[in-house]
Amino acid sequence: MSEQVLEISGLDAHYGSAHVLNALSASVGQRSTGIVGRNGMGKSTLCKAIMGITPPSARGSITLDGEEILGRPSYDICRRGIAYVPQGRRIFPSLTTDEHLRMLSRSLATRGQWTVDAVYDLYPRLAERRKVSAAMLSGGEQQMLAIGRALLTNPKLLLMDEPSEGLAPAIVEQLTETCRTLVAEGLTLLLVEQNLGMATAVADRLLVMVHGEVALKTTSAALLADTDAQRRYLGVEPTAA
Amino acid sequence: MAIQTAAARRSTPRPRARLPVAATAAVLVGALGLLGVLLQAFDKGLGTEGNVPTFILITLNGLTLAGLYFISASGLTLIFGLLRVTNLAHGALFLLGGYVALQLVQDAGMNWWLAALLAMAASGLVGLVVHQLFLRWNQGQDLRQALITIAVSLILADQMLARFGATPTAIAPPEFLAQPLSLGVYDLSYPRFRIAMLVAALAVGLLFWLVYTRTRVGMVVRAGVDDSQMTSALGVNVQKVFAIAFFVGSALAGLGGVFAGTALSLAPGQDQSFLVSALVVVIVGGMGSLGGAALGALLLGLVDQYAGAYLPAEYANLSALLTFVLLAAILAVRPTGLFGKAR
Ligand SMILES: Nc1ncnc2c1ncn2[C@@H]1O[C@H](COP(=O)(O)OP(=O)(O)OP(=O)(O)O)[C@@H](O)[C@H]1O
Ligand SMILES: [Mg+2]
Repeated sequence: MSEQVLEISGLDAHYGSAHVLNALSASVGQRSTGIVGRNGMGKSTLCKAIMGITPPSARGSITLDGEEILGRPSYDICRRGIAYVPQGRRIFPSLTTDEHLRMLSRSLATRGQWTVDAVYDLYPRLAERRKVSAAMLSGGEQQMLAIGRALLTNPKLLLMDEPSEGLAPAIVEQLTETCRTLVAEGLTLLLVEQNLGMATAVADRLLVMVHGEVALKTTSAALLADTDAQRRYLGVEPTAA
Repeated sequence: MAIQTAAARRSTPRPRARLPVAATAAVLVGALGLLGVLLQAFDKGLGTEGNVPTFILITLNGLTLAGLYFISASGLTLIFGLLRVTNLAHGALFLLGGYVALQLVQDAGMNWWLAALLAMAASGLVGLVVHQLFLRWNQGQDLRQALITIAVSLILADQMLARFGATPTAIAPPEFLAQPLSLGVYDLSYPRFRIAMLVAALAVGLLFWLVYTRTRVGMVVRAGVDDSQMTSALGVNVQKVFAIAFFVGSALAGLGGVFAGTALSLAPGQDQSFLVSALVVVIVGGMGSLGGAALGALLLGLVDQYAGAYLPAEYANLSALLTFVLLAAILAVRPTGLFGKAR
């Protein structure tokens, strides 16, 4: 029980009258968990529900370390230790690279190992581009920034929604490496990914989402071996990672 | 001169095949208007007998009026940029600030500066209460918010009419600003208070700019304007920032009212006319842009004053319409306003 960091049960989510998550239950343990699934299955909706972002409107229960967080405002969920790297990165175009890191509350940015300098050490490329408007950064640099500002809140759980989307293969490789290092250093990671190669390389446990429900709980190794499941749940031609 | 350059432009080959009709028409209208003003101003030469002294006074009137527009529009654009609320009660908060200062200065004999500060606080508080009680729960519902703020504005306007009457009244300026200032050219002098109004507008603009660009609060506000959900997901209590922004924006409306009440006078109906001016300024400049509000205020102030003075007498009643010609011309060129971003 106490092994689980995040516990989701009976979670329903709606956009207006569209029912997107359907009594979803899942748990996220230490280290890393991956969520895979085809387009439109509700993966991002789940992320938003965890993060307290509306819409969608969500009902059910989500607990972080045993405490209910569903219904709490986003900023409170962040302060309680969940950091969010959203799909599409959602960088602020009006801020420079450096301002993305300086805008965070000092109480978050000083409560753990991650400081502005530590983020720049992780991504020296960002340090070179610190005075540049974030809108001018490349896709890969924007992803570094989205991860950097999330880490700077010193989270227990890092929630990443399709970080590899739109990035070149070489950059995805670096990203995979970063994620593995972060997990090895003790961070809990919940990674939503369509890129099965990256998902299986980073996550030990995998949840497969179909139509707003968790259709299969498995491990990376098992899913890679099960080409039938890959075809059925993900519609992908089998990958050998 | 203008005709010559236009002809020269026509003869040079253009790289683009399509002529932006709306933009060209807008620039032409603007250039013709300015030409008309300058022709009349310098018609009789630079001597004391000519029209230049009047032109200087009218330009100063335009600039100081622009300062007044900027003070009230900056609050409106702040609230719009961050909260996406078009606060149609802004004019009522403007007038409320003016009347509060009037009462304090006239009846309680209070120092003008202190009265102005309290008037700002009063308008700010009323705005904050309206936001917390009515608007917070209707975030993203534009129509409801518009109706709510119109209702608030009507109620406030009627209450002020009942309490302060319909006679136009002016607030006495602070003593050391009461005497006119000699300008040193053409034996002209100009009300010190109106110059102070321009200085105050510059100070408000500078302060805003410093906070926006140099402080963490400014970064958070800019981030909130870009993407308030993401800002919140990074641990920032955006609702608190919204509330503060509504207070500050409403307080600036109140400050505008105090200045207007001192430089001009206070009367029922001014709430609506200043709301319209502030909306025009904000739309011309681009909703949510502070620099845009400054430029929009400058354009509106000058157009307003020049139109009043230089339109041929038989068309003088069209001067109010020119404000909207300005609006149409700018929107024809840039549909999101001068510095507005497409949403
Ligand atoms: N803001 C919204 N309003 C209405 N419907 C939405 C909204 N966002 C998503 N949806 C719908 O909800 C469903 C799930 O969307 P969601 O974004 O969660 O899918 P996803 O699994 O993240 O897909 P992808 O892999 O493409 O990112 C889709 O049918 C989508 O059309
Ligand atoms: Mg998604």
